[in-house]
Amino acid sequence: MRPFTYLRAPDVATAVRAISAEPGAKFIGGGTNLVDLLREDIEQPGTVIDITGLPLTGVEELPDGGIRIGALVRNSHLAAHRLVTTRYPMLSQAILSGASPQLRNMATTGGNLLQRTRCLYFYDGAAACNKREPGSGCDAIGGFNRQHGVLGVSDDCLATHPSDMCVALAALDATVETRSEHGVRRIPLVDLHRLPGTTPHRETVLAADELITAIELPPPPSGAVSRYRKVRDRASYAFALVSVAAVLKVRDGSVSTVRLALGGVAPKPWRAYAAERALLAAPATEESFTRAAEAELTAATARPGNAFKIELARRTIVATLRDLLAEGSAA
Amino acid sequence: MRLNFTVNGRAETVDDVWEGESLLYVLRERAGLPGSKNACEQGECGSCTVYLDGVPVCACLVAAGQAEGREVRTVEGLADGDRLDPIQQAFVDAGAVQCGFCTPGLLVQAHDLIERVPRPSDPEIREALAGNLCRCTGYEKILDAVRLAAERKAGAR
Repeated sequence: MRPFTYLRAPDVATAVRAISAEPGAKFIGGGTNLVDLLREDIEQPGTVIDITGLPLTGVEELPDGGIRIGALVRNSHLAAHRLVTTRYPMLSQAILSGASPQLRNMATTGGNLLQRTRCLYFYDGAAACNKREPGSGCDAIGGFNRQHGVLGVSDDCLATHPSDMCVALAALDATVETRSEHGVRRIPLVDLHRLPGTTPHRETVLAADELITAIELPPPPSGAVSRYRKVRDRASYAFALVSVAAVLKVRDGSVSTVRLALGGVAPKPWRAYAAERALLAAPATEESFTRAAEAELTAATARPGNAFKIELARRTIVATLRDLLAEGSAA
Repeated sequence: MRLNFTVNGRAETVDDVWEGESLLYVLRERAGLPGSKNACEQGECGSCTVYLDGVPVCACLVAAGQAEGREVRTVEGLADGDRLDPIQQAFVDAGAVQCGFCTPGLLVQAHDLIERVPRPSDPEIREALAGNLCRCTGYEKILDAVRLAAERKAGAR
């Protein structure tokens, strides 16, 4: 690990001032991703600013019935919080399906949004990777790409965003709040991450001096049921091959509300708008679910290693909606 | 920098710490507590699991500077003098140790589980220990040990 200067910020204003004074500095929260990336020499900041002392650790109820989650709320705390387990159980399910208990005890909400891909070529300093070293190429193309993306990827990068939590947040219409020297900004979570295009090293729309302070969720749609379903190589502690976060409400046999997001298949938490358009007002049937999944996946592009993900995503979307339909009818 | 923290109930001051080194390194190489093991250094294997302010974390991913003022409890702090904690005694009695490298991390993680969930189900045990890898693959005996410790603790209550 390269030497760096370590600063501890006592408040948000100091943190923001410190990072705007130090181009290339990094905030450190739980450290579960950054410490690893420092050790692997993938991140090389001159200064690391410890923000764990900032007062961003609360989960609060908002007047409209939504919630506000401080950026430093630990994943395990958030997953167990009563406001989350009662109003957004899908968010708890998504968080608890990621990482291990030890990592969830450390990892923060804000850090989860900004975690970097687990692509093996990104981690392998001897491999070509446009994300790690712009212009060097992509060894995942033509390489071992079973874990890689089929939606939103480019000829320069196939990497997926690894978060489970973000997939649920995308389906829950989360908003990200940031602070910088220029003030407060609110960004819909679905707009936070960029697609790789020809610049896969640029992963979010955040400026280098912007600090994530909170995530806000609008109230859950009344009468809807929701679920996070994750398909992976073993029952625990593995990244998603495909995951689905779905919110569904059926009235008189037709879909009246639907929100759908996918994980494990794209460079960002993937809100499945095409599937939602196909489902809204359609009869709540297996046929509609299949048509909707296919509407989303027509844009998918596969490599030899990950072609199975398209069919797996189709089946997982249909199965999740089918389960929600049964759950909603039983309620 | 000078690092002040509490470890196993004792105030500890360590000098000449580099903020980028890990809490695991501080514990093993500077504080004379080599119980927590250094294996993957990526948070993958759980061998370095310690309590930090009462919750189990991977000490290899905690930057030393982040431990300032905090409370650490390592595997060395589980026993009460010469009397092993029930989870440690159960690991001995169930033969849940092969090469032993994963054992300290498993002890801390399993200790936390039965503190929080006194009679865990098998799926709960498996999920709680998912982040602790045993390269000897001795998981069955480890599960036996956790069940045994939970039974004994429940019986002693």
